[in-house]
Amino acid sequence: MRKITYRDALREALREEMAKDNNIFIIGEDVGRYWKGAFKVTKGLAEEFGDKRVRDTPISESAIVGVAAGAAITGMRPVAEIMFGDLSTLAMDQIANQAAKLRYMFGGQTSVPMVIRMPFGAGVNIAAHHSQSLEAWFMHTPGLKIAMPSTPYDAKGLLKTAIRDDNPVMFFEHKLLYPIEGPVPEEEYTVPFGVADVKRDGKDVTLVATLYMVHKALAAAERLTKQGVDLEVIDPRTLIPLDKKTLINSVKKTGRVVIVTEDCKTGGASAEIAAIVAEEALDYLDAPIKRVAEPDTPIPFSPPLEQFVLPDEERIIKAVKEIM
Amino acid sequence: MEKEKLAKIYQRMLEIRCFEEKVYDLYGQNLVPGTIHLYAGQEAVAAGVCANLRRDDYITSTHRGHGHCIAKGAKLERIMAEILGKKTGYCKGKGGSMHIADFSVGMLGATAVVGAGIPIATGAGLSIKLRETDQVVACFFGEGASNQGTFHEGINMASIWALPVLFVCENNLYAMGTRQSRVMAIENVADRAVAYGIPGRVVDGNDVLAVYEVAHKAVERARKGKGPTLIECKTYRHKGHSRFDPAAYRSKEEVEEWLTRDPISRFKARLLEMNVLTEQRAREIEESVTADVEKAVQFALESPYPEPEEALEDLYV
Repeated sequence: MRKITYRDALREALREEMAKDNNIFIIGEDVGRYWKGAFKVTKGLAEEFGDKRVRDTPISESAIVGVAAGAAITGMRPVAEIMFGDLSTLAMDQIANQAAKLRYMFGGQTSVPMVIRMPFGAGVNIAAHHSQSLEAWFMHTPGLKIAMPSTPYDAKGLLKTAIRDDNPVMFFEHKLLYPIEGPVPEEEYTVPFGVADVKRDGKDVTLVATLYMVHKALAAAERLTKQGVDLEVIDPRTLIPLDKKTLINSVKKTGRVVIVTEDCKTGGASAEIAAIVAEEALDYLDAPIKRVAEPDTPIPFSPPLEQFVLPDEERIIKAVKEIM
Repeated sequence: MEKEKLAKIYQRMLEIRCFEEKVYDLYGQNLVPGTIHLYAGQEAVAAGVCANLRRDDYITSTHRGHGHCIAKGAKLERIMAEILGKKTGYCKGKGGSMHIADFSVGMLGATAVVGAGIPIATGAGLSIKLRETDQVVACFFGEGASNQGTFHEGINMASIWALPVLFVCENNLYAMGTRQSRVMAIENVADRAVAYGIPGRVVDGNDVLAVYEVAHKAVERARKGKGPTLIECKTYRHKGHSRFDPAAYRSKEEVEEWLTRDPISRFKARLLEMNVLTEQRAREIEESVTADVEKAVQFALESPYPEPEEALEDLYV
């Protein structure tokens, strides 16, 4: 199978869907022909589909999302881009109180088919306002769906599903993943929401990881195999809906679970996953649930500081060993 | 304007007034859960603007939204049922007084976060432009909303893209208990239009024909693809901000002075003068409106509440 980058896979999903459906348009800061997206995901799309459908906006995150929501409830299928996940704070009312709630609040009279793409994640030394992982905030907002692809294959397949979904979808990408390559078929495919990917079968410990942490978890699993520990690695791929069945079945098999996420530990995505395991599979656990996450600080700038707070292979291995 | 149309506008204004008086009464009888924000006193704005709109045009609304719904043609009984939390309400009891929508008449819903409807209206405008129809959007909000960031972001975006939106500011002088002069250094919200390079119009919001005329020009401009207009309607709410607000922050003299400019009695006097109405015809309209509102109340009272488990429905498609 051919290999392409995560960035190119996202662009292919946008291009293929836009070619099929004239109601899809892209809206965001510097997504058009001049800058092509802060991470170049939308490169070439303005040239192909016109400036009308690939719309550069003023620096107005709240209006980017609000305008997308207004267009979505009147027949369009917008794909909004927020340049950095951190800036979603500026659009929080439009995301959490408007886009997420319009359908429910109006008794199902309307639907809000829109995608809000944004890059998450640290590791490139751009400090506290450009590095966060904020998925937990949105998990706490009923009405939204949440996709977090960790590979080029999932990036394309999940984005297509997100664009075709009739609900507002938060689509979280990771800055460090844009250049990575992976197999992506040339023929049409989608990745369904709510279906986890078992990246690696194992019998001793279940490692649940999201987004960039999937790669850290897989690397840790490789190293632990050599030490005789057999890890199962699960990427939920979507947090809302969450594939509880795959998660619980794995825990029932291994009896041990370590959850690895890049967001803050307190009230984080890992807390919710841990709570689900405790509620639904406590009797199958042979050891306490372990979480490897960011230690509740803003993301610091200086490389040694930043590396210190980010979950890495060493920390994952340490957590696994603590429950073996 | 044709006599029929003028009489129709008068009827709409009366419907709103009569409806709001009923809501006030029902609230007093503990039949309305939560709170209410009444539109009485501001009828000329919704009626004057919406008289220019087609069924397929859109409006967005606010926490004080009953009047907008009625003016856009939503059914009285389903609005009342929603206010009472009934299953037959427009939102099946999930929205209530502050969140009524009727997508079948282009009423895109009321948002109760002040100013939040402005970008949504701009988005509906963008949708119209992309779909290449000649619809327009009327976005209602108060002067308080004009101090939100969404006002700046939403109107600026509508302006740069020449979107077909009427930004209708209903300046009733008070954001809850805060008088405009305490929080704004300018007298006219419409002056802010200069910052977006669009027309800004100030109009007597208690004169329905004046509102109609200004909105008419703005609708024409929008349909021609020439972009948005900011219309500021100077008006006054008869009641407090919400049901239990005695509005002690307003002087008795001020309230009485505004009551002399009541939009409905003014319009009625004008219509009698113009021979559009006779006293007899006016009475007939009043009786028919009273009967319609009474029917709406009966419908709402007799309607069942939703089943509790319905709280789990309508979240995702």
